[in-house]
Order: sequence, then C-alpha cells, then structure tokens
Amino acid sequence: MSINLSEPAVQLRELRLKTITGYSGDAEHLLGCTKTGTLQNRERSFSQCGSCGADQVMNMLLTLQDAAVVEHGPAGCGGDIPFRNGGFRTGNRRLGLDVHNVHYINTNLDEKDVIYGGADKLEKAIREARRRFDPKAIFVTTTCTSAIIGDDVPGICDEMERELGIPVAATLCEGFRTNIWATGFDSASHSILRKIVKPPRKKQEDLINVICFTHRYHYEDVFRQLGLRPNYIVPFSTIGQLEYISEAAATAQYCETLGSYLAAGLEENYGVPEIKAPAPFGIAASDEYLREIGRMFHKEKDVEKVIASEKEKIAPQLEDLRKKLSGKTAFVGAGGPLAYSIMGMLEDFDMKLTGGYIWHHDQRFDNDDPRLDVLSFHVKHFGNFPLGVCNKQSFEVVNALNHYKPDLYISRHMSPAWAIKLGIPGFLHGIEPSEMLYEGLIRYGELIYHTIANPAFAKNIARHSKLPYTDWWFEQDAFTFLGGEADA
Amino acid sequence: MLDVIQEPRHACALGAQQTVVSIERAIPIIHAGPGCGSKLHRGMSQAGGYQGVSYAGADAIPSSNLIEKDVVFGGTDKLRNLIEGTLKVMDGDFFVVFTSCVSEIIGDDVGNVVGEFRSKGIPIVYAETAGFKGDAYLGHELVLQSIIEQHLQPAEKKRKGFVNIFSSVPRHDPFWEGDLNELRRLLAAVGLDANILFGFSGGGIKAVEAIPSAEFNLVISPYLGLQAAQLLEEKFGTPYLHYPVLPVGGVETSKFLRAVGEYAKLSPALIESVVAEKENEFYHYMVRAADLLTEFQTELPKSFYIINDAAYTLGISKFLVNDLGHMPLHQYITEDVPEEHREPIRGYFAELAPGISSEITFTQDGGLINEDIVRRHKGRRPLLLGSSWEIDLAKEINGLHLSVGIPVIDRLILHHSYLGYAGGLNLMEDIYGRVLSASRGY
Repeated sequence: MSINLSEPAVQLRELRLKTITGYSGDAEHLLGCTKTGTLQNRERSFSQCGSCGADQVMNMLLTLQDAAVVEHGPAGCGGDIPFRNGGFRTGNRRLGLDVHNVHYINTNLDEKDVIYGGADKLEKAIREARRRFDPKAIFVTTTCTSAIIGDDVPGICDEMERELGIPVAATLCEGFRTNIWATGFDSASHSILRKIVKPPRKKQEDLINVICFTHRYHYEDVFRQLGLRPNYIVPFSTIGQLEYISEAAATAQYCETLGSYLAAGLEENYGVPEIKAPAPFGIAASDEYLREIGRMFHKEKDVEKVIASEKEKIAPQLEDLRKKLSGKTAFVGAGGPLAYSIMGMLEDFDMKLTGGYIWHHDQRFDNDDPRLDVLSFHVKHFGNFPLGVCNKQSFEVVNALNHYKPDLYISRHMSPAWAIKLGIPGFLHGIEPSEMLYEGLIRYGELIYHTIANPAFAKNIARHSKLPYTDWWFEQDAFTFLGGEADA
Repeated sequence: MLDVIQEPRHACALGAQQTVVSIERAIPIIHAGPGCGSKLHRGMSQAGGYQGVSYAGADAIPSSNLIEKDVVFGGTDKLRNLIEGTLKVMDGDFFVVFTSCVSEIIGDDVGNVVGEFRSKGIPIVYAETAGFKGDAYLGHELVLQSIIEQHLQPAEKKRKGFVNIFSSVPRHDPFWEGDLNELRRLLAAVGLDANILFGFSGGGIKAVEAIPSAEFNLVISPYLGLQAAQLLEEKFGTPYLHYPVLPVGGVETSKFLRAVGEYAKLSPALIESVVAEKENEFYHYMVRAADLLTEFQTELPKSFYIINDAAYTLGISKFLVNDLGHMPLHQYITEDVPEEHREPIRGYFAELAPGISSEITFTQDGGLINEDIVRRHKGRRPLLLGSSWEIDLAKEINGLHLSVGIPVIDRLILHHSYLGYAGGLNLMEDIYGRVLSASRGY
C-alpha cells in the first residue's frame, strides 16, 4: 500500500501502479506479462500533444460545487478553463443543480515572477478566492512554472489555512512530473483525503459512496430497490458530501482509473471497503457488480430479484438492438478500464471488436484485488483482442483506424473528428449518463445505432478532408516509434 | 501583469500555435510540457465557437511532452527526434517550433536545433513563446515576427494592388475566418487583392512567402499587427496603413473604404460608387428593422457594456453608437494591452461619435468586471456583449447577453462575421433575435 497522507505530493502512478504508456500486442499477452512482471514500458521518439496531471485534477476539483481552485501558474495553464466551464454548466444543468461558472483563479505568473518568485501573487489569489467565492475549501494547484521556480506552495497553503480558517489544500500536479496524466486523479484524491475527509462520527450502514461524473440517475433506481443510499462524490459534489465519506459502508466507482486512489485511501484509513467488481457496463459486469454489492450488504436475494427484473425490462429492446448491430465492427480508444467496460457492451450487442487502444495501463490497482481487473474480466468472458497502449497519441490511433477500417470508432478524451475524416462514424464517449447498468446499456445501443445507421455525415466529411499524415505513415505499423527500452 | 485572473480568456503566448494551425498545411511543433497544446486547443478552438481540430491542430500537434528527466538533463535531443519524426509522419509545407515555459526556463537552445534542419533546406522556423511572457495576442505577434525574420525573402518586385491584411487574430478571435474573408471581399470591391494569410483559401506558405511583394500592409486593429507591419517596413520597405477601427456596419465600413482608397490612391469615383452601392443594400435592410427597433414592449436595450478585446470592443461600440443610436455605459478590454497602446485606445473611445464617449477599463480579471458592472448598473435593461462567462452576470443585471468574444461555448461560429456592411446586419440579427427570443419565453 502506498498511500502516505503525511506528504503533500502523491506518489506517481509509474511508481505506485507500475503504469506504462507504450505497448503493442494483445490482451492476453499484456495480462500475461503483467502477471509475470516482465512488462517494460516503451517510450516514443515522436509524440503529439498529450495531457497533464492538471487536466484530471481540474476534472475532479473544478466541478466541486462550493470549493474554489487557485491555479498557481501562467495564464495559459488555465487555457482549458473556459471550455471546462461548459462541461460544468452542462453537468449542473443535467443534475438539476444551480448552474454557475467555475470558481477559479489563476495567479497569472509573468517573467518577473519567474525570476523573483510568485508567492505574493499566490497569497493574493487565495485571499481573493475566499472573498469572491466564499468557498468551503480552496485547492491550490501547481504548474510546471511554479514547480521549477520553486515556490513553496504547501507552506503557503498551510499559512493561508490558518489565516482563513478553511481547508487550503496544496494539490501538486505540475505537468512535467509525469507523462501519465491519470496521476492527476490521484493528486486530487490525495488532497481530498488529506484536507477534507474527517474521521467517522458513526458508521452509516446503508450509505454507499459512488465516485462518478453525472451518472447518478442510473445508479439511483437500482440502489433504491436495494435499500441503499448513494452519496455521489467528487465531480459535481459539495465539500459537505465529502467530509464524511469515511462513514460509508462501501465505495463504488465508474472507472478504476478515476477513483482507484480515493477508494483505496478510504479503505486503508477508515475501513470503507471498495466494491471489488468491474464497473457496471454491459450485462456480465453489471451482474457481477450487483452480486458483489449483494454479498457485501447481505442482500444476495434482493440483488437476484433486481437483476432478473432489470434484465426482463430491457429484453425486447436488447433483442431489437442486437438485430440492428450484430456483426458491425468497432474500434475503441479510451482510458484503460473504461475502454474494456465499453467493449463489454459491444459484446452484448453482438458487435465485433477489431481492437482497442488504451491511453495507459496500470499493472496493479491501489486496492490490489484481481476482481477489480476489468481487462481480465473481459478476456475471461469474451476472449482475446488486439490491444495497444498509446498514451492518447492520435497518429497511432489514426493509423490503426485506417488499418482496421471499423464500422464505428468510440473515443474518449481524443477528438473523433480524425475518424470521421477517414469516413468512419464515431462519437466522443462523454459523461452523459447513458451507459451504466441495464437501462444504460439500451441507451448506449441506441446511441451506437444512431451513429452508424446513416453514415452520410462521415462519408461527406471524408470526401472533403485530408488527414495531416504522409502516405509513408499509413504504410507503417502504428507503433513504429516505440523504443525498446524500459523507461518508466 | 498585476492582475490575478478569474474567468481566463486569452491564454498564453504559446497560444500562437493556433496562428500556425490556421495557415493551410502548416504544422506547429511545440517543445512543451505534456498538457500545454491540448489545453490551448480546448480553450481557444473549442471554447472559441467550436472551431474544430483543423488540419493539424488539437491532438495532432507534435509535442515533446517534456517530463522531469528532460527538465533535469535538457530536452534538445528529444526536440531533434521530434522534428525528425514530424518530417516523416506529418504531411506539411511549413513547420514552426514553439518554445514554452519549461523549455525556456531550463534553457534549451531551440534556435540551434531548428537551425540544423533549416540549413538542410527544411522550411522551418521557431518562435520563443514561453507562456509567462504574456497572452496569446502577444504570442501571435511573436510568431509573425519569427516568420518574417527567419523565413521571408525580399520580393523581386512589388505587386500593385496586393495588400497583406493584419487584423482579426486567427483561432483566437472566434470570428476570425469570417472576418478575414469579409475584409477580402470588401477590398476586392475597390480593386485590391487582399492577402489574408490565414484560414479558408488563405493560401498557405505561398501566401506567407508573398508577404514581401505586397504594395502595402493594412493593419486593421487598434494595435495588433502593428509590430509586424513595422518590421516589414524595416526589412522590405513595405509601407503600411494603420486603421485602428474594425469596421462594423454602414458608417464605419464606408469610412474604412474611403481611408483605404485615399491611402492607396484609388479613384475617388470608384470608391464612392462602391460605397453608394453597399450602403444602399445595407440601409435597405436596416430600414426594414425600424419597426422592431422602436417596439419597446420587448425591453429593447439602448445602452451597452462590452467585455472583449480592444479591437472588437471598439468596433462594436462604434457600430452601436453610430448606426444604432445606442449610448455607451462602460467598456472593458480584456487582453493584456501593452502600456504604450493604452492611451491611444482611450482616445478612440473618447470620440466614438461627436459628443459621445465611453470610459474603459483594462483588465484581464473577469471577477473585477463582474463586480464593477453589478456595482455600476442602474436603470433600464442594457446590452451586455461579452463572452460566455457573462451569462450569469447578464441575468443578475437583467442585461441582454450575446457572446461576441472568446470564450464562446454557447454558439457555433463557422463563417459568421460582424465586419463590414454584412457584419453589421449579422450583429443586428443576432442582438434583436436574442431580444425577441428572450421576450417570447425561451
């Protein structure tokens, strides 16, 4: 276990979870190497824009309803904030919450600050955040510049916390620290565990923490049938909702990449067990997930009833979707566990997976339990498939799409526009509450059907587009630029 | 830069990657941390009215994704590999390498690495665009300067009537592509061939390389583009006309055409006939709107706040005052305008029309703007022309809101423009369309 809450910085994923960002092969082989400990990371000699840890920190912390984020860096580090504000407003609207702008201040470091330090500006920004937003907590995030010039952000945060009387959490996520940007989820979770979560007053036996984005409607109905009270946490929650997650009876999550660290931290520090099952995407995983909840809460019989009735409800629609989608081919590009979750749903529609690229591969999880391994689960239920780890490199994905020419591309984080330009219909797997559990499966199937039923749009775009790649590149293997050396 | 920034808009100097994305078949290469390029794409392209990935933008931009060991040991070898890989993988005509906060602080000699490729005849230049130097407008000027200094060659001869345009900043101003093409149409009407450089039919590297052959340069903006024009004058002897007002609507566009005609020594008769024809059309439609614009049941605004960059705030203010008879309240200029340009800009607002002026505030901090407007506003419903950040502010003061500057996350902008005669009509349709939909209960 590697959760050390006495340090302000989280331990990086490559060290904690032996995460890799470059691999080419297939699912069984990747699992085999992971088990034998023989997997070595491979770095690229050519790369395109990735992401940094700050991205995922913002995904978690900027969507808190009543906190504020102060980003200590040049203004461009907040370049994405105007767009994130859109996601925040849309999410709040969907959840029926107050629609408002993100609570964010950037310290706007300039050339002078790079020489003399930016501590004064940071203090000013933190005080302004308090004055302007009256937040319940302030998270101060670091950037490449603030880290290289050596501003003592944790020290300043401690001082300001004493002055302001609310938690002021240093969230260390400078972009150059790691190429594994999912570490940002851990940095945010680390701050929450250190500064927000309080020891339990008393246990709440029917309370279940659910780490997810805006998926609550899907869980809600099923949890109600099981007599469980969900507490939807982190993205879109309040500080109040986070303070006593230590009192819950269990933690569930949308994707192990998102909440691995937070779930493990709760288990390790407060004895709140994580639900040891794959996230509930597709029938097999949803069954397994609910049965694990049944075992944990001693509601095995209730769970079987829910599973049977939910499946019965969707049976005719599922049958219809299978007729429409059977045999269609698909390629998936997404973060590790989520990609496998999506693939599981494709199996339910009797679609054919041509392959998948994931952004990174964690060789273990913070709660190192094989039941959390969605890839093993997928291979066991549905068999092997071609798999690459591509750190969200779009030239590699485009090369693969051109090779496989699937009927559908499902993408997370990366623009599906590149696939459309190749004439392949696709969509961005967003955070719309469309895919969880049994009803979610149907909505997801409808989305897939609407994407591929009439490919006119993609065909039109392709006729009038040129991709920015050479013919030479399309003749190469997608992983041509991966080196052979371990470098994690 | 004393301001901290709530509600950021104009990113950082590395935002200049967007300038290169907008040159046809040009490829930006960023020597930066792993998150820079995609953040800037999302903030500027996505949040700029959904401009899309373009030819080689977004996650297609080659990036060295500098990590800790590069910070410790230096990143020049990585950059060399990156450029070599780019030349194999990316299908481009022109390459621009950008430095970033990380690569400049650790002191990588990027010029030297780029020089190695340039000496082999590769069309590649570099720009020093560390984010801490300033905003993306500064970055735009820095990359123009790099291209001029490192790539352009003197022309054998100047081409009469050929004019380079420095105006709307590509992929930063959400309306840039429509604006540049509208300017080209306007200038074509008076017989000038405008070299717009960026975007749809911008001409790519050929257009860039043709810059020195222009008869003159035309800077249409309070100050952006001036530096490039001055450098071009110094280097190639090309004179320039600085016209500070983005022309929106009838009054200003006619003034603009007359000024250009006079400067370029075009036939006054030609200019007057073009102006007469265009005004005739513009006012035909404007007159049609007279009924609606006098029907105050719809809570018709007649005064305005604008929150935008200097160019748009001035251009739209002039239109609202001179064509539509609105009164200015207070205007806010959101980019980091260099000190030496601030007084002239105050001057432009002091004479929006005879006897009509507006106070302005320069600030990058949206929080201060919100507080100032809430404190200041009394009375009838005002127009609030800003960005998507002001949606809630507008509700608070009962203002009529329209996003006319970055960030625009509530509209799709393709070829829409507020420039010229057509642009004035577009702006009327958008504002009064919003008045109507609001009063009908949307």
